[in-house]
Amino acid sequence: MKLDRTGLSLIVVVVMLLVSGPFLPSWMVSLLNVSMCYGIVVLGMMLLMRTGLVSFGHGLYYCLGAYAAGLIDQVWKMPDMLLMVAGSIVATAVVSAVLGLLLAKYREIFFAMLSLAFSMILYGLLVKSASLGSTDGFNVAAKTVGGVAVEGDTLRVTVFSVTAVILGIAAFLLHGYLASHRGRLAGAIRDNELRVEYMGASVFATVHFNYVVSAVLAGIGGALMAVNIGHIDPEMTYWPQSGEFVFIAILSGTGSVFAPLGGALVFESVRSFAYEYSPNTWQMVLGITMLVVMIFLPGGLWSLFTRGKAKEAAT
Amino acid sequence: MKRIGGALGAAVVACSLLAMGMPAQAQQKTSVKVGFVTFLSGPAAGPFGVPAKMAAEAIVESLNAGKGPAPYQIKGFGGLPIELVVADEAGGATKQVAEFRTLVQRQEVDMVIGYIGSGDCLAIAPVAEELKKLTVLFDCGTPRVFEEASYKYVFRTRAHATMDAVAATMYLLDNRPAVKRISGINQNYAYGQDSWNDFEASIKAMKPGVEIVTSQMPKFGAGQYGSEVSALLASNSDVIHSSLWGGDLEAFMLQAQPRDLFRKSVLVLVAGEPYLHRLPGKIPDGTIVGARGTNGVFAPDSPHKRWLMEIYKAKAGVDPNYPAFSVAQAFLGVKAAWEKATAKKIGSAIPMGAAKNVKEEMEKAYAPPTQDELIAAFENSTFDSPSGKVKMGLGKGHQAVMGTAYGTTRFENGVVKVGNIKYYDAERVTPPEGISSLDWIKSGFRKSK
Repeated sequence: MKLDRTGLSLIVVVVMLLVSGPFLPSWMVSLLNVSMCYGIVVLGMMLLMRTGLVSFGHGLYYCLGAYAAGLIDQVWKMPDMLLMVAGSIVATAVVSAVLGLLLAKYREIFFAMLSLAFSMILYGLLVKSASLGSTDGFNVAAKTVGGVAVEGDTLRVTVFSVTAVILGIAAFLLHGYLASHRGRLAGAIRDNELRVEYMGASVFATVHFNYVVSAVLAGIGGALMAVNIGHIDPEMTYWPQSGEFVFIAILSGTGSVFAPLGGALVFESVRSFAYEYSPNTWQMVLGITMLVVMIFLPGGLWSLFTRGKAKEAAT
Repeated sequence: MKRIGGALGAAVVACSLLAMGMPAQAQQKTSVKVGFVTFLSGPAAGPFGVPAKMAAEAIVESLNAGKGPAPYQIKGFGGLPIELVVADEAGGATKQVAEFRTLVQRQEVDMVIGYIGSGDCLAIAPVAEELKKLTVLFDCGTPRVFEEASYKYVFRTRAHATMDAVAATMYLLDNRPAVKRISGINQNYAYGQDSWNDFEASIKAMKPGVEIVTSQMPKFGAGQYGSEVSALLASNSDVIHSSLWGGDLEAFMLQAQPRDLFRKSVLVLVAGEPYLHRLPGKIPDGTIVGARGTNGVFAPDSPHKRWLMEIYKAKAGVDPNYPAFSVAQAFLGVKAAWEKATAKKIGSAIPMGAAKNVKEEMEKAYAPPTQDELIAAFENSTFDSPSGKVKMGLGKGHQAVMGTAYGTTRFENGVVKVGNIKYYDAERVTPPEGISSLDWIKSGFRKSK
């Protein structure tokens, strides 16, 4: 894979995060942590959106990844952060590969509603599982990272760094994929499926593959969130959570792998400060932000960066 | 040119991030900043969250003015005024953990009092421990908080939910010993499931021959209970147990009443007390109601109860319901511990007439207690509250134990009255230390050593 400007910038960002991590105030570390976990999930949403699909049920994989991590901790008593992430990848890949066989045949509102239905099935199952704490969920704690025991203050910094590295790798690989032959098919499928089929490419296989990739990304985000927050509950697959991912994806735009990462950070910061300064109307603050972005930046926040370029090219 | 602009932008962002992260200048303490977290939006806001917020505001105003009942007449906490920082509990455990970190690390509150949702309490407790910040859970009920872990920085000033089911069973069997067939309708989420499981286990332990006919579990916020009412009618039960609350309870009552469900079946409403005033004429006579503790109508008359009734009514225009009582317990518990810690420091300071360092030592003694001193005074403490004496007797001195009460409703002159009130001591309805609630019930309420 060729190292282009985006790839290089990704490396710079991750290194900056790693270097600054120990010196940042802890509230900012947790803000960045949550944003990074959301960012990974929204990377997957971006891939789907490029394919012309909007999933209102990605909470399914977000939650599945988190519960895979939680079960590795609670049931198999192996509280290793990397193992939890690996477990979530396996769980979400298997489930999405199966569900994808059905979902990849649907488009638009049918795809959105069907994915929503699957996520609510998981919600229903978890609510009925008293042994998993029902709606109260249970606590998750990572005690080792790759077999090395970490605790106390180093744990937070380590978790932060590992999250940053995983985010970097995920974004880097996705960027490479988007530039590859198959990755470019996504946009073509969105524009005209028939033409793609005539060119000899399989629309079904591409949509299915993209769906699995986005599901795995959501699962990784969920597992990392479980480790970062320390608690999981079925709320993670409830529809407003899935809606939030769509919200961030629309807020961000789909121009670059940086869009979801920046969008997630903006979203989480707006939410956090809205909670603090207007506890009674924080939902409204988020809504107004969304409206403003949709009206003035229909291409998402990322269009702020591409707008200048478009003008330059025009002149 | 563009490159330079970009670099400049990055530098500005970096600087502002650094500035935001600067620690606040150390100042002399002039107030106690209390983060107060309660539902301000969502289904739990109306019946629980907003009454709790109004109670907190009324209590803080009254305490800051030095108008608390004896022994709480000192202003604020030990003379320092209390400053409330209110936050919304809506949004689920993930957001609550993020918000808790914000409260502690960015807003730098001195302590957090809050949380109605059991899931939120379970999620917050380990984070409070990690951040080493005194956190008082005021209203959530799940016994899991202190049965699955033990904490240094986390307290809960209300009794946990097990006693609701155990006392309800005792009251039921005392007043209707002939009961044979029992059914339940509870919401399908953790609290509803726990309430029913505890009640079912208690009945089986206390009166083994009773038949459990059906357990209806409508989803949270269902609103329509047609099929559940049909199932309950067909079950031909003597008793229907329910832990419904809020809009769900009101909807169920309105839909069940016209179908005569309660002509044959006695209703047990574990958390029914706050709705007595909202549903006059819709709660059938003879309904057994509880208030999850000796709260509301069950609170024995005392200066503390009269104080809360007065200040809450002045603020909200209605009588306080049980979340308001829980809030009072949390604030008065902290206040009692704070003043106990200060008194202990003053008592053990250098005696009068000592030759040197008298001034320094006295200043130290009269300074506000450190968090560790406060926690030491809070553990295993006993204090007066509007719902009676609270003893921090479980969870290694971090979990309150209290008695509870049940009563029977009677519709009289347009208002619902509660009569035949029976009180149950904490020891009879709460498991001893070191055994989980369900195990304790199943073991036939084994006495502690």
